Amino acid sequence: MSGVIIGLEIHCQLKTKTKLFCGCSNDYHDVEPNTHVCPICLGLPGTMPKLNRMSIEYALRVAKALHLEVPEVCEFSRKNYFYPDLPKGYQITMYDKPLAERGYLMVEDDEGREKKVRITRIHLEEDPGRLVHKTGRDRAGYTLVDYNRSGVPLIEIVTEPDIKSPKEARRFLNKLRATLEYLDVFDGDREGAIRVDANISISGNNRVECKNISSYKGVEKALNFELRRQTNLIRRGQEVVRETRHYMEAQGITTSSRSKEEENDYRYFPEPDLRPLHVQDWLEKIELPELPDARRERFVEQYGLSYEHAKTLTGDPKVADFYEEVAEIGAELAATWVADTLLGELNYRNMRIEAVEPMNFADLVVLLRDGDITDRVAVDVLRMMLDQIAKGEECGMPADIVSSLNLGRVDESEHDEMIRKIIEANPKAVEDFRAGKKGAVNFLVGQVMKETRGRADPKALAPAITRLLEATVED
Amino acid sequence: MQGIYTFDAEDRHNAFITRQEEVRYGDGKLSGVAIAVKDNISTKGMQTTCASRILEGYVPPYDAHVVSLLRREGAAIVGKTNMDEFGMGTTTENSAFGPTTNPCDSTCVPGGSSGGSAAAVASGMVKMALGTDTGGSIRCPAAFCGIVGLKPTYGRISRYGLIAYSNSLEQIGPMAGNVGDVSRLMEVISAPDRHDSTTYARPYEHTPVADIGGKRIGLPAEYFGEGVDKDVAAAVRKATEKLEEMGAELVECSIPSMAYALAAYYVICTSEASSNLSRFDGVRYGPAVEKRRQWHPEFRDHRGKRFGTEVQRRIMLGTFALSAGYYGKYYAKAQIAKENVRRDFTRILEDVDLIAGPTMPTTAFKIGEKTDPLSMYLSDILTVPANLAGLPAISVPCGKVAKMPVGLQLIGKPFGEEAVIDAAYAYEQGVSQ
Repeated sequence: MSGVIIGLEIHCQLKTKTKLFCGCSNDYHDVEPNTHVCPICLGLPGTMPKLNRMSIEYALRVAKALHLEVPEVCEFSRKNYFYPDLPKGYQITMYDKPLAERGYLMVEDDEGREKKVRITRIHLEEDPGRLVHKTGRDRAGYTLVDYNRSGVPLIEIVTEPDIKSPKEARRFLNKLRATLEYLDVFDGDREGAIRVDANISISGNNRVECKNISSYKGVEKALNFELRRQTNLIRRGQEVVRETRHYMEAQGITTSSRSKEEENDYRYFPEPDLRPLHVQDWLEKIELPELPDARRERFVEQYGLSYEHAKTLTGDPKVADFYEEVAEIGAELAATWVADTLLGELNYRNMRIEAVEPMNFADLVVLLRDGDITDRVAVDVLRMMLDQIAKGEECGMPADIVSSLNLGRVDESEHDEMIRKIIEANPKAVEDFRAGKKGAVNFLVGQVMKETRGRADPKALAPAITRLLEATVED
Repeated sequence: MQGIYTFDAEDRHNAFITRQEEVRYGDGKLSGVAIAVKDNISTKGMQTTCASRILEGYVPPYDAHVVSLLRREGAAIVGKTNMDEFGMGTTTENSAFGPTTNPCDSTCVPGGSSGGSAAAVASGMVKMALGTDTGGSIRCPAAFCGIVGLKPTYGRISRYGLIAYSNSLEQIGPMAGNVGDVSRLMEVISAPDRHDSTTYARPYEHTPVADIGGKRIGLPAEYFGEGVDKDVAAAVRKATEKLEEMGAELVECSIPSMAYALAAYYVICTSEASSNLSRFDGVRYGPAVEKRRQWHPEFRDHRGKRFGTEVQRRIMLGTFALSAGYYGKYYAKAQIAKENVRRDFTRILEDVDLIAGPTMPTTAFKIGEKTDPLSMYLSDILTVPANLAGLPAISVPCGKVAKMPVGLQLIGKPFGEEAVIDAAYAYEQGVSQ
């Protein structure tokens, strides 16, 4: 897939307490429509924007982490267009004097090599309200407007066209998300927290902009679709039209959208109600926390983890924090159980790691480590715990679950008696063993495991079964 | 003192759009003083229309900063005054609620756009009023109606709650029958406000002193030249000679950038207006749009029907000036011209303390006399420069020409309201003796 050129424009909501230009709560999820509003974010006549300093602080953290420079003067501008979700008839954004310019983010390419994706600029702007389209009982639908989102601070991050494949775009976004979450300025789990416009072209052909992508997966899907579409056009000798296309999340396709909105002349001009910003000194003072790459390196060194485990564990700061809380029970064992088991089980249940109490999880792994339970029982108990949490029940202590359900590991001293019973009940297996079929031992291991509900250690069982079978045969 | 103010004065000049007959007032520096507020300043619980059909019936849920200050100091806000729609005019003829007439001669305009406030003061209905001045809208009606009006330094008074016409030029300011009352009102409304990021915390705390001994007063040739009525120029010359008698020194000077001031002003104010007035779409407040139609055509028709002719003209001019390909030619150039005007004034004000000239090139016009927008725009030539330069400027009555009042305009240094008011006060006291 040589010659694919991709650039991204990413809008991320900053998780400040209040909106960009007023004191209203920034949280518009799970609240009644139009309850987190005031004269300012409703754009009532006569109101003026009052800049939230924390939003500048957050945006500057991002600028510093992505190695951007801050110009001497930044300025808010008005982007004028009419839309019912835009209460002032213009959006306050930054245009020719953005907050920061020229940076980069290190990302893995498709061959696993680290590469720089250059960042063109970062700027701050306000989110518009939200339109909710309803279909009426009669055929005519109608639209409701919720201004709770109006004025939520967004940063727009624009990349250079340095991305070479849809997969790389996905990795870029994952890395960006991790970085923003490490900076504690962004909550990627919030619905609508990220919105992406993606530009893609195949070298020598026209560029297409895909708008309205609102999920991490969506970016890769939209770009893959677009890549196939453009490749097919070129193969057939047809021209790729330079245009804006709309991504339809449900169908996973892009459609041409030459609506009036796209032809707007936004008539940008400096926002007269806000003074220009001088924030170079401010940037200097910002101290960054440990970022994903540094933490990954540290995990490899401090805990002796594999690169892959370290990368998985540090991809989300909450996962990394969780790991560090349980690492003392055995760094490698904990890494395996968090990275390979817990994350998968959480993902399957659509749960977040914050739902799990680290000490509870640690107790479980300790039971395993000390040989009190088997691997299989540990997985079963973990699943029970997660199911309890998912149902909103109180999560039991692993030791209690194990003892109440009698899941403790069967002591090896009890093995022989169980095996004898199983051998007696399975004369066919004994025949097979006599005939030299090695599979007979595995079959009997399985039977014991079934009988004990996984409480016996299969590694200890196999030699014991062989020994007892041989004894039986000699008899 | 707390109490109820009964406002029953007859409104013979159509000065008010909305009146309160009984107003509760409290303690404070303005306890029980009847004050009128221009109808583009938001008043909680009281209709605020900007003299436009598009805001008919709109009752703001909050007070403008200056209004909350008036209430805090016990003023009795008796009503909202007539104006040119959204402040766009020089005569108060462009009002959806009919023109205001001049208390000195009912066949004349009161000036504008704060014509209602000026007429309310000049006719004695109220002692003080708030106006707003984007290109002369306080000083022009003050001059035409024979009262005192001050446009403060840009950034000295909070604009929070003022329904924006041209944000980078306009200021709220005091209007009253004499300089002392203008000063009192200025003191109340200049308390700092964090809601307006373009303000500086520079409260005005001053008692006027009638002394201009040793002050140097610049007389720009442009303020007495072409386009200025000879009798008006003569009346103002005479007033400056009075100041000289009282100890001031007169200095001839020139403001070459005045040639571009009017063009720059109209590009900036229409551009900003085209954006500011976008929010009036009939969705959230004011008269509602028909909900059973498509939003786009419905709100377009709504605006076409409810904005007046002059407002539509300025929205179109401003939209054009900001368009891709024209921005550099118009808006960006206007900003350069604005900066040049500011520099010219700064340069002169390094040499002199104040600049003096007529407020308006003529006395009040007859109602309906000016129908051509361009000749109307030209009458703003002497007031617009102070807005472009952001300087404080006062208009104080200085005699009459053919029985109509003439205004002496005094322009000061940035945040030099104290000096401007002292000079106006000295003149006022000097003349009355």
